[in-house]
Amino acid sequence: MPFTPPPVDDVLARLCGRFGSLESSVFRGQTRVIVPAEASFDVLSFLKETGFDLLVDVTCVDYLEYRGARHRYGLVYLLASTATSQRLTVRVFVDDPRPAVRSVVPLWGAANWLEREVWDLFGIRFEGHPDLRRLVMPEEFTAHPLRKDYPLQGRGERHNFPVITRDHS
Amino acid sequence: MALIQQPRLELPENVVVGRLDALANWCRKNSLWPMPFATACCGIELMATGASKHDLARFGAEVFRFSPRQCDLMIVAGRVVMKMLPVLQRIWQQMHEPKWCISMGACASTGGVFDTYAVVQGIDRFIPVDMYVPGCPPRPEQLIQAIIDLQDKIQREGTISGREFDTAGRQLRKRALVEHAGVLSTDASRNPVLQRELAAAAESAVPRT
Repeated sequence: MPFTPPPVDDVLARLCGRFGSLESSVFRGQTRVIVPAEASFDVLSFLKETGFDLLVDVTCVDYLEYRGARHRYGLVYLLASTATSQRLTVRVFVDDPRPAVRSVVPLWGAANWLEREVWDLFGIRFEGHPDLRRLVMPEEFTAHPLRKDYPLQGRGERHNFPVITRDHS
Repeated sequence: MALIQQPRLELPENVVVGRLDALANWCRKNSLWPMPFATACCGIELMATGASKHDLARFGAEVFRFSPRQCDLMIVAGRVVMKMLPVLQRIWQQMHEPKWCISMGACASTGGVFDTYAVVQGIDRFIPVDMYVPGCPPRPEQLIQAIIDLQDKIQREGTISGREFDTAGRQLRKRALVEHAGVLSTDASRNPVLQRELAAAAESAVPRT
């Protein structure tokens, strides 16, 4: 029997009462709500106070050339409540040329490395992040390789190293 | 042929005549100390090779050390990503001569299926490699075969004095690069530091009369 999280209708109602009507949908018992980028920090802050004390993940999707997509990047915040086992997905859409949202590190310390990873791989800027450096790629890397317009085999970064021969090793 | 024409030496029992170079190579090939640079599933096979069932000790190479200073055989087992390559190169440079390198598995040799921006497409583009082991991952028998072949190679080359390594000359070049990063030329005519070092080395090499 798969685990089905308890419904979050009450939370959605309070959210819409506070921030106006927000688009939301349910898929297989899991609720997601779409939040405008400028309100994302306030919404997430409100949700934390409401009881969603656990930030499970922060990640991103690049919708370049995706059928029917209206925005370029879709941020994903997965929240959970440790008291009630409720789960909620928050989607925030941002666009070029300067994709940015407010950092949620002040709310959840766990967001620190998650946001660094999203910055590293997608180039989304998290304003107010205490230490926005690359997480997985080398520091000297300049591109954001999980963007769909970045070639799979790179732009020659993997070949850009000194060659050590028998004579100078 | 010269040996045959000489009068036969009377050798006592259990005495063998050979070249000192061959003796040195025989010692080297039977006491390889591997440096396990294991980054992926090939590393599991590498561990199996060293464990009881396949028993790498039968070939004199069972002493794995995790310090490059104590090793003379680097076994690169697994894919090497571009963030790891400078580490690999530094470890290779920290190993003492004589040293050898085995590229174990498809990923280390060619990048394997990981033809992406992050994965180096074969470590032999950036460091010297003596033996390649195909497979994904190779079985321990294949790695043992590579070590046996490498032992044959070691037996064929190398000298007891290590003159083929030209260690002093290389150290001079390396030291000039490290200590005087501003003077990055290895061309002695343009590099006063290197000139001084070379002159001092030449002076100490000449026997005093």
